[in-house]
Amino acid sequence: MTLLSFFIWSLIKVVVVSVVLLVGVAYTVLLERKLVGRIQNRWGPSRVGPFGLLQPLVDGAKSFLKEDLIPTAVYRPLYLMAPIIALGCAMISIGVIPFGEPVGPKGFDIFEVANVNIGLLVILGITSIGVYGIALAGWSSNNKYSLLGSLRSSAQLISYELALGLSLVGVVLRAGSLNLRTIVEQQATRGIVSWNIFGGCQFVAFFIYLMAAYAETNRSPFDLPEAESELTGGYHTEYSSMKFAMFFMAEYANMINVGCVATLLFLGGWTSPLGNLIPPPQNIFVHALMPVFWFVAKVFCFLFLYVWVRGTLPRFRYDQLMNFGWRVLMPLAILNIIGTSLLLAYR
Amino acid sequence: MHLILFIIFAGFCLAGAINLLLQTHPINSALSLIVVMTSLAVLYLLLGAEFLAAAQIIVYSGAIMVLFTFVVMLLNAGREERTLGSRAALSVGFPSVVAILAVLSTIIIRAQGLGVARLGEGLTNDPEKSNMFQVSRVLFHELLLPFEVTSILILIAILGAVAIASPGHGYTGDDGERISHK
Repeated sequence: MTLLSFFIWSLIKVVVVSVVLLVGVAYTVLLERKLVGRIQNRWGPSRVGPFGLLQPLVDGAKSFLKEDLIPTAVYRPLYLMAPIIALGCAMISIGVIPFGEPVGPKGFDIFEVANVNIGLLVILGITSIGVYGIALAGWSSNNKYSLLGSLRSSAQLISYELALGLSLVGVVLRAGSLNLRTIVEQQATRGIVSWNIFGGCQFVAFFIYLMAAYAETNRSPFDLPEAESELTGGYHTEYSSMKFAMFFMAEYANMINVGCVATLLFLGGWTSPLGNLIPPPQNIFVHALMPVFWFVAKVFCFLFLYVWVRGTLPRFRYDQLMNFGWRVLMPLAILNIIGTSLLLAYR
Repeated sequence: MHLILFIIFAGFCLAGAINLLLQTHPINSALSLIVVMTSLAVLYLLLGAEFLAAAQIIVYSGAIMVLFTFVVMLLNAGREERTLGSRAALSVGFPSVVAILAVLSTIIIRAQGLGVARLGEGLTNDPEKSNMFQVSRVLFHELLLPFEVTSILILIAILGAVAIASPGHGYTGDDGERISHK
């Protein structure tokens, strides 16, 4: 493979994956509005297009056309940089996520942008950089609500990152690798029974991951950083138009990332839940696209759960949030690591 | 391709370091330091140390620098006041620092018998040969005891910090009212 063909292939993959991710983000917003609407016994968006399916396009056009206000007292360089950091970090981590089996022309992997053997660490690293977007947005806005929101949010992200990282150690111990492909292949033997959440006895880890993921993405019931009733809007109070939309997109892109990671680590990735009960399809295209279908279906279920929780649970108080993170999730995650390693050593 | 990446990120690293010294606002300096650390992580990656690169980003750029920026934000530190400094420091200081560093690095390279590094040499997805495997082998097989002892040392330091900072052990304010834990 020459450098040029590598470059062109990578560029195509990056463009396709970015476009799919952005469309996914737009329709996750619609999914949330529809579902929360049904939970609250109303219809949600239903006017634009059939079933409101064109609503995301209209929303996008609206945020582009709105007036772009920049308050006079902001610290401009950082004020402009913060939404870019937030959205950039949210979109980079999709680069190491595999969507399907390694197939493609000339040994080239079409369902993953980059197969790296520290994939999980790359995702954790990029998540930890993403804090800056929020922290800088709050500080550079020169507004006390923004600053309070961003301080809360950064403290929350740093606290829950620990629990999140520790909850993944059990899975890494079982797979013996940080490569996301290896982790999925290790769960691929017998369908749903061999997924890490069931066969791997990692349901405690999955619970911890779920809770930490809600907090990491600033979602309800942990959406303290943008608690409307006390902080008006949190860190993005002073942002308008497309800059606000970038924070908004970053939040939903992070949700999708978290869903992808949960799918890969706990729900068997692209493998079918039925294992080998269904004979593998003969058609080469169906064979290649079936795993992608399962992957998307699992991520969709995860996002559905996300929205369901948002529509059901009220917001935590700030001290409850911190107590829960440090006194419940952290010790539980450490116990899970000890338990998993004892189990592995016993075998 | 590795050489192109090396030049780009070495450039970023140097530019970030120079910017760190030139900026007068502390938060800009802190952000330049993040650029330096992240570019260093890419240089580690090019040298085949992928675990070190990831750890550098997670620990330094992600955790330690967040604390730095937090402190800068909370204290609302103002702009730095520039003094002109002595002329001797400029004319003698910088060249001598460069000379000392050059001598030291030459001595270290000679004494350790280190050869020329090849960019991108150790980068492989083969689990048996990768740097990840070798690092974990060293940490959890050959140096297991020192590694665990160090972690216990850090744990003790954290407990000490919590004990000192805990509000249950001291008087706060002028009225001498004891604030109990919980």
